[in-house]
Amino acid sequence: MNITKNIHEWLFSLMPETTASIVEMVLIAVVYLAIFAVAGLYLVLLERRVAAWFQLRLGPNRVGYQGLLQTMADALKLVSKELTGTLKADKFLYNLAPYFVIVTALMAMSLFPFTKELHAFDINIGIFFLIAISSIGVIGILLAGWSSNNKFALIGAMRSGVQTISYELSVGLSLLTMVLMTGSLQLSQIVEVQEKGGWLIVQGHIPALIAFCIYMIAGTAETNRAPFDLVEAESELGAGFHTEYSGMKFAYFFLAEFINMFIIASIATTVFFGAYLSPFGITENIPLLGVFWFLGKTLLLIFLMMWFRWTFPRLRIDQLLVLEWKYLLPLNLMNLLLMALMVLLGLTIQF
Amino acid sequence: MEKILFYILALIMIVAAIASVTSRKMLRSVIYLLFVLIGVAGIYFLIDYNFLAAVQLTVYAGGIIVLVIFSVLLVHHIEMELEMAKLSKKIITAIACLVGLGVFLATIYSTNFNVVENSKTTTVEDIGRGLLSYDAGGFILPFEVISVLLLAAMIGAIIIGKGDKLTKNDDTL
Repeated sequence: MNITKNIHEWLFSLMPETTASIVEMVLIAVVYLAIFAVAGLYLVLLERRVAAWFQLRLGPNRVGYQGLLQTMADALKLVSKELTGTLKADKFLYNLAPYFVIVTALMAMSLFPFTKELHAFDINIGIFFLIAISSIGVIGILLAGWSSNNKFALIGAMRSGVQTISYELSVGLSLLTMVLMTGSLQLSQIVEVQEKGGWLIVQGHIPALIAFCIYMIAGTAETNRAPFDLVEAESELGAGFHTEYSGMKFAYFFLAEFINMFIIASIATTVFFGAYLSPFGITENIPLLGVFWFLGKTLLLIFLMMWFRWTFPRLRIDQLLVLEWKYLLPLNLMNLLLMALMVLLGLTIQF
Repeated sequence: MEKILFYILALIMIVAAIASVTSRKMLRSVIYLLFVLIGVAGIYFLIDYNFLAAVQLTVYAGGIIVLVIFSVLLVHHIEMELEMAKLSKKIITAIACLVGLGVFLATIYSTNFNVVENSKTTTVEDIGRGLLSYDAGGFILPFEVISVLLLAAMIGAIIIGKGDKLTKNDDTL
């Protein structure tokens, strides 16, 4: 984009090359951090309004127009709160844990193509990098559960570990099914393939649809949301792994959960629904509208995940594991073979 | 720029490695080890081996460390500390470590390293074709042997896990 190009040239004319590139990186990181915070806060508000809507209530609507400032006020309150902790907690790990969750979520954010130009980090292993990063996030949860020296937190963390390790497989395999059609892991190239031949979910019809369903189920499980929220099952575990966290540290976990939901929805948007591409190319000559399409599709998918949350009852831990290992995984492997066969025989729909 | 990054990564790795073996709390050692492994991934990124770096993150940082943390969670309590070794053992270990370090340093300083002029990023496609080709320089045989080994390991794990339920007629599963 023009603005970023201008800033880039201005920075490099002002400073020596090394300093300028460092300053540029810091600036990009700050911008993404701001997006991160705002997106997190407004997703919390959206969740509360959607929940209220499903339960025939009004939800937060007093602070600002239609409650738009409610979560900002909540955040200010959380900043001013006292940080408490248990007596025999492992202080070092206890303080470290939220950062694992936050940093991995932030790193994953940088990979998404919001428009053709607005794309911070286009690495050639794109999707694989996303999967690798998301597998580290669970360490933060495990650490939080163990170091707070609380049995409910510990049980929550153990459940989270089991759940994330299992469902990571399904997320990876269903994305791999789609990669078969693009022939590349790089996100910009995945979008390029869709620009030529239509969105991947249309191109790959039946197997792509199956892969999308599996991806959404596994993605919901990986973000520890209902109906897979055994990690923080309120009725049995208090608040799960973050029982002992308060104030801003709790807010980190809370924000990271919503950002992870955003990330799962964004990956689905990029891989299945053509990222910033408009339907039938109606706004093809206004590239800036890509942000609108990207966010629109992502918000639709997020709404779908919220719909899951307020519709389905929670699963038991054995049902959760049976669902993954006995149903999703074999289905996924067969689907992968089916897709490979289809790509080989040229049965995909091409425009 | 790359030099600075390398030294930062190296410093993190060395400090974390030393902390990992000297810490008396088990889970803290595991976390310091995690920092070492992430540092290795960072060095791979620095030399443009993106795929290897991501594998390092998934397999070591995401897989093995999570399993180790899991086993620590199962067997260890937060107040427990590892015991200190005896003085004689400490001395023997120190000597062994110094000898090992000496061998490494001697090898490194006696080799002439060639500087590669044009560094090229290895793409995933190259790696995939390399793994599955049976021409010269292909890796299809080791690839297949490893998959057989993994299958054997999986069957072994199931047999150990199920114990004598496999031989008895157990109709619960």
